[in-house]
Amino acid sequence: MPTTSPTDQLPQGPRDSAGPLRRQSKRRLDPDAAGLGRARASAFVAPAMVLIGVFLVFPALWTLYLGVTNWRLTGLAAAEPEFVGLDNYIDALTDDRFLGSLSRTFVFVIGSALAGQMVLGFTIAWLMRSAGKTMRGVVETLVLLAWILPASVIAWLWLVLLDRRDGTLNMILGTEGTAWLLEYPMQSIIAFNIFNGTAFSMLLFSSALASVPPSQLETARMSGARTLAILRDVVFPNIRGHILTVMLLVTLWTFNVFTPFLLTGGGPGQETEIFPVLIYRLALQTGELGRGAAFSLIMIVINLVIALIYLRVLRERRHT
Amino acid sequence: MTITDQPAPTRHHDAARFTRAALGRIGRYVFIGFVIAFFALPVLWLVTAPFDRAPALRLSVPEFTLRNFQVLLENPYALRSLWNSVIISLGTMAIVLVLAALASYALSRVRVPGRDLLLYTLLLLSAIVTGTAAMVPIFVLITELRLMDTYLAVVLVMAGGLLPAAIFILKDFMDNTPKSYEESARVFGASSLQILRHVVVPIARPGLATIAVWGVVQVWGNFLIPFILLRSPDQFPAAVVMFTLYTEGGQPNLALISAFSLLFSIPVVLLYLFVNKRYGFRFYGGIKS
Repeated sequence: MPTTSPTDQLPQGPRDSAGPLRRQSKRRLDPDAAGLGRARASAFVAPAMVLIGVFLVFPALWTLYLGVTNWRLTGLAAAEPEFVGLDNYIDALTDDRFLGSLSRTFVFVIGSALAGQMVLGFTIAWLMRSAGKTMRGVVETLVLLAWILPASVIAWLWLVLLDRRDGTLNMILGTEGTAWLLEYPMQSIIAFNIFNGTAFSMLLFSSALASVPPSQLETARMSGARTLAILRDVVFPNIRGHILTVMLLVTLWTFNVFTPFLLTGGGPGQETEIFPVLIYRLALQTGELGRGAAFSLIMIVINLVIALIYLRVLRERRHT
Repeated sequence: MTITDQPAPTRHHDAARFTRAALGRIGRYVFIGFVIAFFALPVLWLVTAPFDRAPALRLSVPEFTLRNFQVLLENPYALRSLWNSVIISLGTMAIVLVLAALASYALSRVRVPGRDLLLYTLLLLSAIVTGTAAMVPIFVLITELRLMDTYLAVVLVMAGGLLPAAIFILKDFMDNTPKSYEESARVFGASSLQILRHVVVPIARPGLATIAVWGVVQVWGNFLIPFILLRSPDQFPAAVVMFTLYTEGGQPNLALISAFSLLFSIPVVLLYLFVNKRYGFRFYGGIKS
């Protein structure tokens, strides 16, 4: 979702409705300079809509149906899936694996997105304001690099970093033989995801901080306020909207991130089985497509809720 | 160190203030040092190991050699996967570019009722129906369409996810292009496809380039979609092969992995530098997995 998307521009009534008015105003307002016309315009739009319809909208709607069947990858239920009603959902509520995964995802999102990426991203953006040009260039390049490199490369680099015998981390900390991914699996994928995603928060907070009136900062500093007080009384009130935006987008993306799978595969056991990994393992490895679809739908609904809150926040920002 | 309300600064106060400033400065440098270490340490290996005569997991100053790239060139499997990534990225990019250009142009020039609502709804959908959230229905759909294990499946699914945002961005560009050229072209009897090709496309080129680069970057590193939709190893793009290189049994071939990961990373870094220089960096969600 574009970070700048304005969201509530509904088409304004009479302008769009057909009627005698339209014909009159058409001559003056008509932007159709190439003489496309409705029919050809529809033909231009149709291919894109078909593709979006088949590969984006339809799968989302289809989960509604798949989730109430016992569809399996192989075996009898693969040939003739049966309708099982809400069983998949009811089972989920009492399923330790599902509930465990949900609470792990919660920890993962809070730890890596909110406490990790946002706080680190903001702190970097704040400190880089007063840093020299070279320092700023070095730090920002490194943070961005961690963001743009392909996920499977980054996962491999972290395997090298955390390796038990020759890992760079053990070498530096002098903790020879520590198997980070086995002993601290959740902490590892949280750190990994902070590494991978902080760039977004950093970029957005940098531009947000640039919008804070320098005069207010100057006044606060002259009157002897300490950094924490300046942040609390001057900076945060000014960038409240940005903070909310970053919070919701980063939460949405982190909730949907699959890359920890590349590092741990969900293991050891189920200790890093966050929600996306659970769906993958359950549906595509074990073959329980029906249950997987039910979980998919739960995930889409959670996404929808986060996105709707985001839209609401944007709208309120516009009105104030 | 509390702030005191003494009216005049005393010597003691000055000293406390000085200490505090010094401590603050030290703390800041320590923190920045930590940040640099955190983000640089994992990446160091990517820069040193590919050129090391005996690449190991342990970080070391490389004894320079290009032999690891020789190993890569001799491995048909690895090299083919990079080629597969090129095909999948360019294929998706081409579809997204053509369809988004057509749709955004039409939506920009002709008033369709409910147009804006449609655009925003699609955008919202592409943000919530991510590859991760929809992997099960996508998997079943592709199976039912008998497209499993084809590039076409990967390309279509990726394109479907990227199109809403692409149309949205491009429509903005189209809205801002002047319409007078199209009018004159029309006076001279050009058809609307001709106008699109010879008048609109050249004007909207910066927007199209942005979408092209953005599309390639999104697809190039994507792991999940090809991972679940492709079966035969010789079809795998680099993102999936990279994963199989270090997960599938035995001692990983470090000469191969190091050279491969570097070569696989270079295109996105170059594209990033290009975009950053030309347009400044903007970012969008879409299918991110």
